[in-house]
Parts: sequence; structure tokens; C-alpha cells
Amino acid sequence: MIKADTNTVLPNIPLRKKPWRLRIRPYLILLPSMAVLLGILYPFITAIYYSFTDISFRSTTYKFIGLGNWLGMFTSADFWHAILVTLEYSLSVIVLEMVIGMILALLLNNDKWYSKVLNVVLIFPLMVAPVIGCLIWSLMTNNTFGLMEKFLNIFGVYGFPWGASSQTALLYVIMIDVWINTPFVLLLLRAGLQGLPKSPFEAAKIDGGSAWFNFRRLTLPLLKPVIMIALIFRSVAALQEFAIIYSTTKGGPGNTLTNLSLLAYQTAFPYSNLSKGIPMIMVLWIIINFASKRMVGVYNQTRQS
Amino acid sequence: MEQKKISEKAVWAVGKVFLVFFVIFSVSPIIWTVIISFKGDNEIFNTFLRFTPTLENYTAVLTTGNYVKAFMDNLIICIGAVAVSVLVGVPAAYALARYQFRKKEDVAFTILSFKFAPEILVVIPLYKIFMSLHLYDTYFGMIWIYQFIGMPLLIWIVRSYFEDIPVEMEKAAELDGYSWFEIFFKMLLPLVRPGLVASALLAFIYCWNSFTFGLMLCSFNVQPITVAALTYIGSDTFHYGQIAVAAIIAIVPEIILCLCIQKHLVRGLSFGAVKG
Repeated sequence: MIKADTNTVLPNIPLRKKPWRLRIRPYLILLPSMAVLLGILYPFITAIYYSFTDISFRSTTYKFIGLGNWLGMFTSADFWHAILVTLEYSLSVIVLEMVIGMILALLLNNDKWYSKVLNVVLIFPLMVAPVIGCLIWSLMTNNTFGLMEKFLNIFGVYGFPWGASSQTALLYVIMIDVWINTPFVLLLLRAGLQGLPKSPFEAAKIDGGSAWFNFRRLTLPLLKPVIMIALIFRSVAALQEFAIIYSTTKGGPGNTLTNLSLLAYQTAFPYSNLSKGIPMIMVLWIIINFASKRMVGVYNQTRQS
Repeated sequence: MEQKKISEKAVWAVGKVFLVFFVIFSVSPIIWTVIISFKGDNEIFNTFLRFTPTLENYTAVLTTGNYVKAFMDNLIICIGAVAVSVLVGVPAAYALARYQFRKKEDVAFTILSFKFAPEILVVIPLYKIFMSLHLYDTYFGMIWIYQFIGMPLLIWIVRSYFEDIPVEMEKAAELDGYSWFEIFFKMLLPLVRPGLVASALLAFIYCWNSFTFGLMLCSFNVQPITVAALTYIGSDTFHYGQIAVAAIIAIVPEIILCLCIQKHLVRGLSFGAVKG
């Protein structure tokens, strides 16, 4: 069979020489999706405007108040506490999930029967909605019949407080996040490992390097694009986590788990200070937008290679 | 050399133990929930693995309360949102995959950035808008907002499947005198169909799991299942079996779908970046 020469470059007519009907075709094809997405972009822009007003649910009128909301936010202790909680939470879950996911991916990087089975079974928690995951864990950690309680009883621990105490609440939500999202990292990294070229590893085998050396000098650098993608997807989600914290403790006890998403929600809804909630979430959005720009760079690199 | 082999074997053994622990940690909550769902109210406290199975929890959840209604609501919203995403998303994916035009990557990034925007940021002004347009608590409003979850994902994944098809095939069909529409519907769509189905199902799963929009943009008429399930966490019920049933009902569709799209899952979850 004759293989197509992949290096053949199709004659590429410069853009401006094409008739305008052909030139606007891509924009026309994109138009419907853009129109639908504009429905989201509009509230987005209104949100920015609202952050400079004193809009709330209590009155129907509002006026422009300049930077008041923003300055008020930067001087409030709640805001800085929320920043701290956001970083604490996301750093913990990202590190745990990346490390555990990597270990599991290495252990399951073979074609043995258990790898095939586990590759399917371990995905299930990832498919479970975070809220449903919390429902399941509320049963697991019930202090009278929960499976976790029975497990801790073996070590002589009774009535572990989980989400009810400010000392263990963070541990509790981190555990649920790890349960749900480690499979995501595992899936990506395992696929990345299986797609690695074989020859560098065969060469290393002849050289007789240790497994640790091979991992650090070969696997990690070759796997870097996939690691970056998993890392950025997880960071973006962890920084704005809302569902897990809201459905387990609603940010409590006290404000132990009130991250930026929860603080913005609480300010805007139960306390109805709509305009004060928006700057908080805008700060988060700026951080995330920065991270996701970076992600697209990595993504385009991997796509082209 | 000999010593190195022993230490490496020890590391693998520790790894295997870790694997076993993680599998138990990962799987036991789901199995445990299934077991509890078949236990009567008293047996939950008194028994561990030996008990007389009963279906009373299932009949209680399925016949009383609004859980079945929430399930159907969720189904309507998610199917609607995925349908909209496919209809307008597939052409967009094609345009981004095939055409070279100015600001292309910026458009692609803008679409992607919707996926990364904090949901709360959109929800706060949307609440005001929904109220004034009378979209609050309606199917239409929920479908509109849910396609915001499905569309970026669909566009990016389907784009990567379009890119897998060599341009030469299209050019050849063009030379044979096929019109653009014929090429698109008779050749390209069948070729990307597996990827398209997989990403549509993944978009469905993401919509199904969504919580923030449902919590704030609807109340009594329309209620996603995740919001309905939340009432079970807050309540002081002693019917723990019913909580388990509620969780299982919400999970079953997802597990089935996830088994269907197994092969495409990695590619879908990474928005087309990692080809598993």
C-alpha cells in the first residue's frame, strides 16, 4: 500500500486573496454557538459593573459607588481568611491527588487482569456528583453505624467528629475531594504512561539504571505535558470548589471552611449584599483565568506534537 | 546488584499494599451504600453484613416526596442542554478545526474559559436577570444555563476528533464534485460519530452532576437531583436507608453512561488534549 506523504503541504492561498464569501464562512459557522454563549457573556459583564454599585436584593434601585466594594473587601478580615482557606484547601487536595494518582498510575501501568478491572472500577467515584459523594460520606462517617466509625474503632477511636469539629472539618472535605478526584489524575497519567515511547526505556534497561533514576530522568520529563494538564484542570476546579464544602458543612463550623466561593455566595445570597459578593469572586476569577491561559499554552504544545 | 533488586521488590510490595488500601477506600463507600439501601430502619444499627434484605426504602423514596420528580427534571434539563450543545457546538468545532481565520485561537480560548469561570460569578448577576425575564425556576432557563456546562467541553473534544481526519480526504471529495454539505453530513459526521457520542454523554454527566446553578436559579417547579438530594443531608431523618437509595438513584445513570464511553473517557476529561 502506498502511504500518503505526510510532509506534502497543500497550496495555502493567503487569506486576503480569497473571496469574501469564503472568508466569512468560518465566522458564520461559529455564529450560533457565539450567540448562545453571549447569553453567558452578558451577565459576566454586568457582574463587573455591579461590583461598582450598591445593588442588593433588598431595594430595587441602586447607584454607582465607585471602588467602595473593592476597598471594603481588601480591608475585611473575612476576605483574607477566605483566601487562606482557598489556598489551604486547594494545595492539600492538589498535592495529595497528584501524588496518589501518580503512584497508582505507575502501579497500574501494565496489562495484568487487575489493572484492566481497576481501570474501570476506580473511575466510579469520579462520575458521582460531588453532592451525592457527600451524601455517601455522611453515611460512611455516621457515628453510630458508619463504616469509617467501625474502621476507627479498631484503633480505639470512638465518635470521630469529622465535619462537626473545626479541627477535623478540613480533613473531612479533603478526604471527600481525594475520593472523588484522584481517579481523574490516575486516568490521565495512566493514559500518558501508556503513550510514552518505548525506546528510551529499552536503552535505559541496557544501561542498567535504577528504577528511581529512570523515573526521574525519563518518565517525569516525558510525561510532563500530561502532568501539567492534569495539574491545571485540578487546580482550576479546586480553587473554586463549592459543592463539596457547601453540602458537607456549609463552610462551617464557624468560618473554618469558608473559601472564596462560599464567602461570595454567603455575602450575595443569605446576607443579600449582591454587590459586595462580586469582587470576591472576581479575584478568584482573575487567578483562575491566569492559570487557564497557561493551560491553553501547554495544551496547544501537546496537540501539535 | 542483588541488593538493589531486593530493595526494588520491597518498594513494589509496599506499592501493592497501598493499591489495595486505595481500592478499598475508593470502592467501599459505594458498596456500603448499596448494602444500606436494602436494610430496614432498625437493621442499619443492629446488623453489619447479615440481615434480611428489604425493598421498603426503595418504595418509600419512589412513592413519596419529590425525588422522582427531581430525577425527571434533571433528565429533561440535561437532555435539552446536551441537544443544544450538539446542535450549535458541532459546527463551531468544525470551524475551529478546519479553517484558518483571524483571532481563531482567541475564540477557542474564550469558549474554553467559560469552563473555567467560577460558577458563582455568573450566578449572582444571572439571578437578577432570570428574575426580570421570568426565567427563574423554569425548564427553559435551566437548559439555557446548563448548556454553558456542556458546550465548551463538546466544542473542544469534537474539534480534536475533526482534526484527526486528514484534510486530504475532504479535498478529494471536493474534487469529486461533492458539495460542502454533502461532505460534512455524509463523510465527516459519520467519521467523528464515536467521539461525538462520547463527548455528548460526558457533557450529559457533567450537567447531571451540576449543583451551583440548580441551587440558586430554581426552587419548586424545577429541581435538579443534586439539589433534591441535599435535603436528605440536612434533615434529621432516621431513615438512613432512604438516603442511600437517593444516592444510588442519582448514581446509576452515570455509571451506565461512563461504562459506555470508557474508551473515550481520557480524551473527553482532558478536553481532547490527552489521547488515551
